[in-house]
Amino acid sequence: MYRSHILVCGGTGCTSSGSQRIIDELEKELKAQNLSEEVKVIKTGCFGLCALGPIMIVYPEGSFYSRVTPEDMHEIVSEHLVKGRIVKRLLYSETVENDTVKSLNETTFYKKQHRIALRNCGVINPEDINEYIAYDGYQALGKVLTEMTPDDVIKIIKDSGLRGRGGGGFPTGLKWSFAKASVSDKKYVCCNADEGDPGAFMDRSVLEGDPHAVIEAMAIAGYAIGADQGYIYVRAEYPIAVKRLEIAIKQAREEGFLGENIFGTGFNFNLELRLGAGAFVCGEETALMTSIEGNRGEPRPRPPFPAVKGLFGKPTVLNNVETYANVAQIILHGAEWFSAMGTEKSKGTKVFALGGKIHNTGLVEVPMGTTLREIVEEIGGGIPNGKKFKAAQTGGPSGGCIPAEHLDIPIDYDNLIAIGSMMGSGGLIVMDEDTCMVDIAKFFLEFTVEESCGKCTPCRVGTKRLYEILDRITKGKGKLSDLDELDDLCHYIKDNALCGLGQTAPNPVLSTMHFFRDEYLAHIVDKKCPSGVCKALLSYVVDADKCKGCTLCAKNCPAGAITGSVKAAHVIDQTKCIKCGVCMEKCRFGAISKK
Amino acid sequence: MKSLAELQALRDSMKNKMGIRSDESGCTRIVVGMATCGIAAGARPVLTAFTEEVGKRNLTNVAVSQTGCIGICQYEPVVEVYVPGQEKVTYVKMTADKVAKIVNDHIVNGNVVTEYTIGANAK
Repeated sequence: MYRSHILVCGGTGCTSSGSQRIIDELEKELKAQNLSEEVKVIKTGCFGLCALGPIMIVYPEGSFYSRVTPEDMHEIVSEHLVKGRIVKRLLYSETVENDTVKSLNETTFYKKQHRIALRNCGVINPEDINEYIAYDGYQALGKVLTEMTPDDVIKIIKDSGLRGRGGGGFPTGLKWSFAKASVSDKKYVCCNADEGDPGAFMDRSVLEGDPHAVIEAMAIAGYAIGADQGYIYVRAEYPIAVKRLEIAIKQAREEGFLGENIFGTGFNFNLELRLGAGAFVCGEETALMTSIEGNRGEPRPRPPFPAVKGLFGKPTVLNNVETYANVAQIILHGAEWFSAMGTEKSKGTKVFALGGKIHNTGLVEVPMGTTLREIVEEIGGGIPNGKKFKAAQTGGPSGGCIPAEHLDIPIDYDNLIAIGSMMGSGGLIVMDEDTCMVDIAKFFLEFTVEESCGKCTPCRVGTKRLYEILDRITKGKGKLSDLDELDDLCHYIKDNALCGLGQTAPNPVLSTMHFFRDEYLAHIVDKKCPSGVCKALLSYVVDADKCKGCTLCAKNCPAGAITGSVKAAHVIDQTKCIKCGVCMEKCRFGAISKK
Repeated sequence: MKSLAELQALRDSMKNKMGIRSDESGCTRIVVGMATCGIAAGARPVLTAFTEEVGKRNLTNVAVSQTGCIGICQYEPVVEVYVPGQEKVTYVKMTADKVAKIVNDHIVNGNVVTEYTIGANAK
């Protein structure tokens, strides 16, 4: 019996800010105080509030300590755990109100969240199957195998309205029914954990925090469609996720949730990992399967769809990590429970990875239909440094930008598509007034050019040409006709690329051109970058009236571009200036500005 | 794992061990005063004894925790028991030997051990 449990976040975010050293120090302190037998330290998955990491929570009090350091452990042990005095200076400030400590669930970050896919992240030890079982783990698999037919399973998933969380939003139950209807001696269940969008880390967090949820759901899918073999395709760049999956698969096998004759029902299901080498295109379903087969990860034409002819030419169900993370809960709580959440056509919740210019960088799960404003301003805590919101980018390189005028749109699959973006896997990058939208479009195109597999010409050549046009616009060499050319080329690529990567690659360009055409025009016509990002269009100038001739700017200029003598106004030589902005930063009189 | 029943039994036993991680109220709290005065008077073995006793009986929904100085140092070690919906009970001059009776009579069966309370000892 442990009288206290200390949960320390072991997600990638907190791990990189040193949570393992915190655990080591904590255990050392507990040992020194003879508390090792009474206080249990548990390394969990992601809590979501990555901006405040490393994070730990002490039960039974539920004290939420944020940004802790190894040096704080002595105080936490000797004050909190020995004497029962909560270390208030380390508590997350939002949980302290008028000297009383609130529950974490009452803070603005968590209050509006509804955690289904993330239900166990930050709650259980992902490396201990028993903790997963304590929270109803494998109950759904047991129920499915002993009480339900495959058709019952598919019906409940269909009725729940669950749609693919990887981006496309295809109804999961329908996908399963197609695979079940395909007749074959062998079928496969695959999990797409090749999360590659810049700024997206939902799938990683689910795998790190609750790997068994994915394993259980894959076995359920196997039963539903008649498959006995599954593959999880996960990026090799996710070492913590890979390690925890390996541990979880081993434990599940030992406990008999994977393998032969599961629950004594004669159902067999085995699961293997396949590590991806980090090609973005391998997140596309046909390229992913080609990669599992041992070939170069290139997409193939559809139809035939994977449900008919997928992995190794056999009927295959392929779902995303987050989709699977919902399955066991739907089986246990019923289709109606799930479909009661969300909007008319998008049921349940969605996990978003909040990043960019926002206070609470991290992972949030909200019911579908939550507005962007609620996510950004309330849960996300708004934009730092008093800056103004300009746009939110969803769907990564396949998605688009949502401007401030659409902040109140309820987020679901169809609404996002209607405004030229897409749900994507759930990366949500917030941009403030200092972000140049042409530069953002260029950034994403640079990514797709790099990641295009080269199999089809529209994507291989088309994205490169898009990038070149954007590049010349940001360098002040754009022509007005470039806008039409961009538009034509975008639609051509959309219509003709072989796979989802190419078909969606123009989205960042189209959506920024639609909502921020004035910025494109400013670059092309006025040769100005309104946000002051595109260096070729900027110049730093000294206001001679304000300049006191202190020489500080000239001393700090790395390019030697500033001249002037003491107590006389200085001048920046624009031909030498590299636009690093150091002079503006150093000037104490506000005499240097960007134009 | 051979059956759903076996899985459910395992779940229930695991759940007991993780009960203290719930944020829900409705949990009985046994709070031991662990300020300097409490520790000097012997609160440490009392806390250990409560932890062991609660663990031995597989009690769910019972948390053992500590607090700072309760302010009645002459009665240390002091233990306060909070049962939801009832008035707090304060036990004073606690020893490890008294723990089993409090857990059995008060926590499990709902009968306050009057003889150990501050009311009985303040006379």
